[in-house]
Amino acid sequence: MTDVTELLPIDPDTFRPATRMPDPGDTPRGARRNVRGMTARQHFDLIGAAVAGASLATLLFGWFAPLSGAIGWVVVAFVSFLGLYVLLVSLDADLQEVIDRLTAVLFASAGVVLFGALAFIVVYTLTRGLDALTHTNFFTQTMQFAGPLDPLTTGGIIHAIVGTLIQIAIALAIAVPLGIGTAVFLNEVGGRFARFVRTVSDAMTALPSIVAGLFVYAAVIQGVTHERSGLAAGIAITVMMLPIIIRSADVVLRLVPGNLREASYGLGASRWRTVWHVVLPTARSGLVTSVILGTARGIGETSPVLLTSGVTAAMNTNPLSGPMISLPLQVFDFVRSPEPSMVARGFGAAAVLLVLVLGLFMLARTLGGRAPGDLSARQRRAVQAASRRDVQRFAARHAPAAVAQPTLPDAPARATQGDPS
Amino acid sequence: MTAMLSTSLPRADGDAATPRRFLSRASIPDIVFSRLATSAGVITVSIMLAVGLFLSLRASTALQTVGWSFLTEQQWSPETHTFGVAAVLFGTVTIAVIALVVSVPLSIGTALLLSEVATGRLRGLLVTLVDLMAAVPSIVFGLWGVYFLQGNIIPVAKWISIWFGWVPFFAVTDAQGQPFTEASAFTSSAFIAGIVVGMMVVPTQTSIMREAFARAPIGEREGAYALGSTRWGMIRAVVLPFGKGGIIGGIMLGLGRALGETIAVYMIISPIFVINWQVLKTGTNSVSALIALRYGEASEFGLSALMAAGLVLFLLTLVINFTASSIVARSRSGAESDD
Repeated sequence: MTDVTELLPIDPDTFRPATRMPDPGDTPRGARRNVRGMTARQHFDLIGAAVAGASLATLLFGWFAPLSGAIGWVVVAFVSFLGLYVLLVSLDADLQEVIDRLTAVLFASAGVVLFGALAFIVVYTLTRGLDALTHTNFFTQTMQFAGPLDPLTTGGIIHAIVGTLIQIAIALAIAVPLGIGTAVFLNEVGGRFARFVRTVSDAMTALPSIVAGLFVYAAVIQGVTHERSGLAAGIAITVMMLPIIIRSADVVLRLVPGNLREASYGLGASRWRTVWHVVLPTARSGLVTSVILGTARGIGETSPVLLTSGVTAAMNTNPLSGPMISLPLQVFDFVRSPEPSMVARGFGAAAVLLVLVLGLFMLARTLGGRAPGDLSARQRRAVQAASRRDVQRFAARHAPAAVAQPTLPDAPARATQGDPS
Repeated sequence: MTAMLSTSLPRADGDAATPRRFLSRASIPDIVFSRLATSAGVITVSIMLAVGLFLSLRASTALQTVGWSFLTEQQWSPETHTFGVAAVLFGTVTIAVIALVVSVPLSIGTALLLSEVATGRLRGLLVTLVDLMAAVPSIVFGLWGVYFLQGNIIPVAKWISIWFGWVPFFAVTDAQGQPFTEASAFTSSAFIAGIVVGMMVVPTQTSIMREAFARAPIGEREGAYALGSTRWGMIRAVVLPFGKGGIIGGIMLGLGRALGETIAVYMIISPIFVINWQVLKTGTNSVSALIALRYGEASEFGLSALMAAGLVLFLLTLVINFTASSIVARSRSGAESDD
C-alpha cells in the first residue's frame, strides 16, 4: 500500500540540518585549538599600556605641562598608550608581530571612537531631553500659550508630533505606490526606458535635501499655493524619499530568484499573477524594510521642511492651509532661542524624534534583514507543514484505499512509519 | 548516417509547412499591469526631470545676468547684481575635506574591524549599530555639535593653531596678522562643522567599505596565511587591494553626502562671504547653509540666484556620486581584482 511518508525524502518532523563528522575510529582527538584567542601575557600588555597611558596623560595635564581640556587628555592618553603598547609587545615579539598587534589595536580604537560617539550622541540627547520629557504636558500641549520665558510645566510638542505624522503620511501615500511601482517597472517590465529611469533615479539620490526644499518652495509654494503648508512639506519629503525607496526596492526585487518567476510562468500564470503572487510576496520583508528605512530618513530631514512647512506654535491638522510644524523643525526652532527652558524643550523634542527614528529602525530590522526566500524558523516550519498536507492530499486523491486506513491527521508521519503493513 | 542524426518530424497532412506562431495576446489584466507599472516609471522620471529642468530654467535668469563671474565672485548680494559662489563653494569644500580627514581613518579602521577582527554575534551587533548610526537625524548631530563638541574642541583647536600655526591654514590671525588666542576666535569654524559632518558620513563609508572587504576571496586570504603572514600582512596583501574600489567609492559617496549636508552646518557656522583659508577661525559658509539663510527674504531674482547656487551644488554631488557608484560597480564585477 502507499504510505504517504515514502513520498517525502526526509522526515520533516525530526530532520534538523547538521554537520556530520566522519567517525574518527581509534585516532585520538586532541583538544580544539583556539587560534584567535589572547594569552594572559597579551592581556597584561594591553591593560598595562592602557593604565600607563592614562596615568601619563593625567600627570602631564595635572602637574607638568600647561595642558587642559577633556579631548586633549584623551588624545594624549591614547598616543602614549599606543607608544607604551608597542614597547611592551616588542619585549618578546619580532617586528611583524608588533605591527600586527598595533594595527589590531588601531582598528579596535577606530571602532571604539565610532560606537562611543554614537552611544554618546544618543545618551547625551536623551539625558538633556529628560528635563522636558518628565513633564506630561510636554506630550499633551502645544506651544500656543507658552512663551520663551515660561517654565517647562506649560507648553508641549503635540502639534509637532501630529505635524510630523501628517507630513510623513502624505509622503508615504505618494512615495510608496510610486516607488514600489517604479521598482516593479524596472525589474518586471524593463527595456530601454527602464534603464533611463534607473539612471535618473540614481542621479536623484545625489540631490541635496535643501535643493529639493528649494524646488518645492519655488514651484509649489510660490507658483500654486502661495502659502507654506503641510502638503508642501509632504511633497518635499516625497522628493527626498522617492529615490531612496526606489533604489532599495529595486535591489530587493533584483534578488528574487529567477527560477521562481519561471516556475510561475511554467504553471501558466500571467505576468500580473506572477508579480502579485510570487515576486512581491517573496520580496515582502525586503520591501517593508526599504520603506521603513526611507521613512526614518524622511522623518529626520530638517532642511526641506525648513523651507516648505512654516513655523507655528499652534496645532494645525489641515495640511492644505496654514503652516504645520514638524519635529525636526521644532527642534531647530527651539534651540534658536537662548532661553534655557527653550533649549531644554529642543532637546526633549530631539529625544522624541530620536526614539521615533530608532524605533522605526528596530522595526525594520525585526521585519526585514532577510534575503528573498530566506525564511525564519517559524516560517520554515509552516511551509513544511503546508507541503506535508499537500502530499497527504495528493496521496489521498490518487489512492483512496490508503485513506481508508485510520491515520490521524495530526501525526501522520510518525504514526505510520513503524507500521509493519 | 545522416538519416540517424536528423530529427524526423511527423508528416502533417495538407499545407502544414508553416511553423506555429507562438505569439500570445496579453490578457487584459496583464495590459493593465504593464501600463500601470510603466506609468509609475513615467511619473517618477517626470518628477525628477521637473526638478532638474525647473532648477536650470530658474537659475538661468541669474546666470545670464552675471555670466562666468558667478564662479569667481565672493559676495552675495543679488540686489546689486554682485553675487557668486566662490566663497560659499570654498566653504562647502573646506568643510567636506575636513569631514573626510576625520571620517576616512575612522571608517577604514571600523570596516576592517568589522570584516577581519570581530566575529560571530559581536560582528552582527556592530554592523547593525553602524546602520543605526546612519539613521540618526542630522539635527541631532547638529545639537551635539553646538552644545557639546564646540565647547570641548576649542582647547584642541587653540593648541593646533599655537603649535602648527606655521602651516598657513592652521593659523588664526586678525587683519594685521597677529595670532588670536581668545576662545571666541575659534567658535563656529569650518573645523568644528567638518568634525560633525565627518561623524555623520562615517556610517555610509563604513558599510560600503565593509561590504567590499568582505568580498575579498577566501582562497587568497588562506593562501596569505599559509605563507606565514600575520593578520595585518594578509590585510595589506589581500583585503586592501581587493577592497580598493570599495574604499574609493565609499569615500566619494561620503563626500557627496558631506557636500549636501545642511542643518548641522547651518547650526554651527557663522556665515561669512569671503574666502577664509584659516579653517580653525570663526566664520565659514556652505551652499546649503546659504540657501537656508537667504531663501525667505529673497526676491524673484534673489531666488533665481539661490537656485543657481543649488544647481552648482547638485551638479557637483551628481558627478561625485556617479563616479563613486561606477567605481564601486566596477570593483564588484572583479575588473580590479587582478592587481
